[in-house]
Amino acid sequence: MTGESKSPLLCLGIEGSANKIGVGIVREDGEILSNPRHTFITPPGQGFLPRETALHHQEWAVKLVQQALAEAGVTPDQISCIAFTKGPGMGGPLVSCVVVARMLSQLWRVPLVGVNHCVGHIEMGRVVTGAQDPVVLYVSGGNTQVIAYADRRYRIFGETIDIAVGNCLDRFARVLNLPNDPAPGYNIEQLAKKGSKLIELPYVVKGMDVSFSGVLSYIEGAAHDLIAKGEATPADLCFSLQETIFAMLVEITERAMAHVGTSDVLIVGGVGCNLRLQQMMQVMVEERGGHLYATDDRYCIDNGAMIAWPGLLAFKQGQVMELAETTCTQRYRTDEVFVTWRD
Amino acid sequence: MSAAAVAVGAAAAVAAAAGAAAASAEAAPSQTTAAGPCDQLQFGSSAFTLHSQGAEARVWEGQFLGRAAIVKQRFSKKYRHPQLDAKLTVSRLKQEVRSMMRARKLGVHTPVLYLVDHATSCIYMERVEGHSLKTLLHQNSLVEPELETLLVEVGRTIARLHDGGLVHGDLTTSNMMLRQTDNQLVLIDFGLSYNSTIPEDKGVDLYVLERAFASAHAESGAAMFEKVLEAYRRASKQWSATLNRFAEVRMRGRKRTMVG
Repeated sequence: MTGESKSPLLCLGIEGSANKIGVGIVREDGEILSNPRHTFITPPGQGFLPRETALHHQEWAVKLVQQALAEAGVTPDQISCIAFTKGPGMGGPLVSCVVVARMLSQLWRVPLVGVNHCVGHIEMGRVVTGAQDPVVLYVSGGNTQVIAYADRRYRIFGETIDIAVGNCLDRFARVLNLPNDPAPGYNIEQLAKKGSKLIELPYVVKGMDVSFSGVLSYIEGAAHDLIAKGEATPADLCFSLQETIFAMLVEITERAMAHVGTSDVLIVGGVGCNLRLQQMMQVMVEERGGHLYATDDRYCIDNGAMIAWPGLLAFKQGQVMELAETTCTQRYRTDEVFVTWRD
Repeated sequence: MSAAAVAVGAAAAVAAAAGAAAASAEAAPSQTTAAGPCDQLQFGSSAFTLHSQGAEARVWEGQFLGRAAIVKQRFSKKYRHPQLDAKLTVSRLKQEVRSMMRARKLGVHTPVLYLVDHATSCIYMERVEGHSLKTLLHQNSLVEPELETLLVEVGRTIARLHDGGLVHGDLTTSNMMLRQTDNQLVLIDFGLSYNSTIPEDKGVDLYVLERAFASAHAESGAAMFEKVLEAYRRASKQWSATLNRFAEVRMRGRKRTMVG
């Protein structure tokens, strides 16, 4: 070894598995140097489709890489590795990002690391909050899972058996024609604050799993009727939907905590920045004498740093990918990842 | 010896208690939500000590009319909307008692019910002496033929429940106990049980158990669950429909592992 102090490792991560594309640069001590992001926003009443989303990502990828480098104040030769989202996610958007990652890798001559999107959320949450070994509730537009770490894997204790909780909220926002800007779930959350009447909705918990499709079908069918008859306002419906489905989530999280004997909870994923969900979880966690770790929209919502950080962790363990291996996959379960960087 | 007498006596108490509970629920529905977190529980002159706190109920232990008893007390969850909370607490308490009784009728060992107190959301039941299957498997204290017999019994027990139209709803290895006195497998916690004859529900029930084996007993979990499933197949009359649906549940959408 030479006596010179080595410059710290930096990883640039590119995330674009859904309607957000983000590029983040993270230092090996966990410091996030930059993390710009751009969201593909569709008109009210509409969701985002893979093709249009991919085109959006292609348009923004290079701009965001330049912005990330400029904000971090680093040059490409300081980057030690490039991390990209291997999956799960939408095919088109994923591929758009991995193409950019491959190009940069060859241009800058740095290795590539593929990262599981769900593990990205978990590791980002852990590094930002300092949570050690919590039960993780991962809630977003595409995923709903209760996770705990054991034997080098993030094991899924409970999950949705049909649609994700964020998908349920997003699709209900479409029924009410709520804007998708900044996010449909955010607008439901704001409207729910004005609601007070609890409409009885299906409550479906199966063991440690939950189901949202029945709740959604029911409220989609009943919404216009209830509003027309004056039995409920849109705000009441948003309130009732949140109260019901968040109670389901807190319940399965608590069941998993009882099962593994942990009292700390970490909430990650886009729905995780919902303050009502955080509040309900806080009440439950306090009752159990634990601590709730939650983050705000900068880290909850998909971003580049959440890919860069686990990419850097894997890179330090020598996990790099040959160009031919840098594929992505729409389905990639959290528990498929062998976690080399934790004991 | 006196085991039969205990069972008969308990069954009578159950019928009386369940009747009383149903009556009180109709008479004073507002009282049923009164149970909240408390640090002591008293029945007559005997005090109960807190044994553990689960996700939705507190478990107390003590003496009930001279018998070792466990009390499961559902408490209101502060995080839930009070209306939703009351609805869930009442319906789950009733459902749990009904399911336990139904399981016993089907010949599945469950703790003997002593008393149901709707006002405090309490179920008084027999204290099962022994360890949970989870503990036994973690201790590795079971030797091969014993383990095999136990896993076969798990499969048979679930088959008996399912054929009788009851779905447990929370099949995990923590909810199965081996009673020390007679070495019988006892199913506990019917808190999420419900009546159903639909293959889908039974399939999900098995799936929950498979996941419990896989997540709590990492390495050997899959092999153990295979033995349970094999015994289930042999024992259940409706095995074909159930296991077909179970295979579907397993492969359904997001649960499937795809490569490439």
